[in-house]
Amino acid sequence: MISNIIEVPLAVGESLTIPRNRIGSGDKRLCIVTGTHGDELEGQYVAWKLASILHQNADHLHGIVDIYPAMNPLGICTMSRGMPLVDLDMNRLFPGNPNGNMSEYITSRIVEDIAGADCCIDIHASNIFLREIPQVRINVNTADTLVPLAKYLNMDFVWVHAAATVLESTLAHSLNSLNTPTLVVEMGIGMRTTTEYGDRLVVGILALMAHLGMWDLPVSPVSPPIVSSDGSVSFINAPCAGMFFPTSHHTSYVEAGQQIGVVADPLTGETCAVLKSPVTGLLFTLREYPVVYEGSLIARILGGS
Amino acid sequence: MKEQILFSIDTPYRQPLPVKGWLFGNESQKSLAIVGALRGNEVQQMFICSRLIQRLKQLEDRIRPDAGILIVPCANQFSMNVGKRFWAADNTDINRMFPGYNEGETTQRIADRIFRAVQGFSYGIQLATIYLPGLCTPNVRIMHTGYEEPLEGLDFGLPYVAIRDPQPYDTTTLNYNWQIWNTHAFSLYASAKEEVSEESAEQMVNSILHFMACKGMLDVDIQPLCEHPRVFRESSLKNILNSCGGLMLKRRKLGEHVCAGDVLAEIMDPMEGSLLEALTAPCDGVVFYYHGANLIAGHEVACRILRDDSV
Repeated sequence: MISNIIEVPLAVGESLTIPRNRIGSGDKRLCIVTGTHGDELEGQYVAWKLASILHQNADHLHGIVDIYPAMNPLGICTMSRGMPLVDLDMNRLFPGNPNGNMSEYITSRIVEDIAGADCCIDIHASNIFLREIPQVRINVNTADTLVPLAKYLNMDFVWVHAAATVLESTLAHSLNSLNTPTLVVEMGIGMRTTTEYGDRLVVGILALMAHLGMWDLPVSPVSPPIVSSDGSVSFINAPCAGMFFPTSHHTSYVEAGQQIGVVADPLTGETCAVLKSPVTGLLFTLREYPVVYEGSLIARILGGS
Repeated sequence: MKEQILFSIDTPYRQPLPVKGWLFGNESQKSLAIVGALRGNEVQQMFICSRLIQRLKQLEDRIRPDAGILIVPCANQFSMNVGKRFWAADNTDINRMFPGYNEGETTQRIADRIFRAVQGFSYGIQLATIYLPGLCTPNVRIMHTGYEEPLEGLDFGLPYVAIRDPQPYDTTTLNYNWQIWNTHAFSLYASAKEEVSEESAEQMVNSILHFMACKGMLDVDIQPLCEHPRVFRESSLKNILNSCGGLMLKRRKLGEHVCAGDVLAEIMDPMEGSLLEALTAPCDGVVFYYHGANLIAGHEVACRILRDDSV
């Protein structure tokens, strides 16, 4: 059943609505959330495929799957990462406030609707600058609960990261604080869809549903992910401004000292910097958008200490 | 007075972005740092700094020998020159990156370099703007970190001193990190942002000069804007939410005193013109904030009232 969890009038003859597709019935409930950042569209494919599979196999579903494909509908429809009316990152406004402004009211209503689910999967797609392998990101404070669930999702990597106060404003933190286990998936790249990654996540979601007792059809085997912490991730940032041209492939294994790419000056033909991997490991993040400034993230490598 | 480039950021096809500071008084002393625009739309905040620089040039011989003052009018002309609010390359907010990280992403590095330049001062003033899409009556805001000294806010002579309980996102602002690193930090809010107001700038410049005089940095006699400022907790402000979207016509002015039942604003059908909703004051108090744009969506903070009995 499709309904709107919120409807707020806009200024001129339109309402902002956040739709939810509720499939199935029963005590257990899984929530699939995406579109919090309007430029992250990888979850659109997952939402479509999953809804299609569940509708076609409704007899095998035991519980409720709530799919929220567009938490930030104005952002998605206007190619804006943030919430267009306030130009703020929606994922820094949780848990919201029912008596606050519109954005705080919306985020509070979202939390209210999802809270109490047996599990929530919040699907992100990096941003327009970086391509990511399929991964789950987990705050170290919730690792004991979430890592066992993340292993079902058929992702390559589970990144257990340090806690940061500013991340307390995310949807995942808000829901985990309310004892609703919430997994953050990052995969692909902004403003694009990578169907291969989406297909893998759909298999993973069905595997998780089977684990939760919500799905009784056979599920394809899922690959065990690498589980790692911050200490095993190395970063490469641009040392200067220019255009980044990669020389290594995303998802490849690289050796310490191997060239990842160059920062170049197309005007003069000069190479401003040659960027090399500091460690041997998996090139799991790679810059796609060529324009860089000093500090722009170029790559992340899983390896090292 | 000495003008200097604090640091510079290179760009691919634009000129290098210099962040400049103006030093007054004793350069070996770190008495007061003032930061203007961190966002590209904070034109008034840059303007206030420019007016302050002009006033201090005139008052240079009145600066006490043991006082050193640094003014950074704008740290984001990169965005200002192209009409963007946040860092125009990736839409990140420098004022959500403090204390910064010199090995991190671009705006983390910019925040780090700003923070290095303004760290260690006894007092810090940020000419800030609120995240809500509107304007508030002139006030000084102090973050409640446990290190704050609210009564020092009275030295600005502004009508209101707001004490804010920090939210998680506040922990990455300049004001918060200044306090954590032992600078007495204040955010000054003017009643203008994108559009320059000379009257508002004059108020803010005088309030900063008054503060400097109170702290013994400047030998001048400046009359405060308000003789009896009010100190209150920001959380006590009463939000007036509209339920209808439409065109908002304000019926009062910022800073005006209203009584319970007074009409604060009317929401009109933007095409047909009929009245959809009248927003009235729920209590006696002062109009502290008004939504800025003429168009307003439903469930917005149209107005905020500082109740007469707020503390």
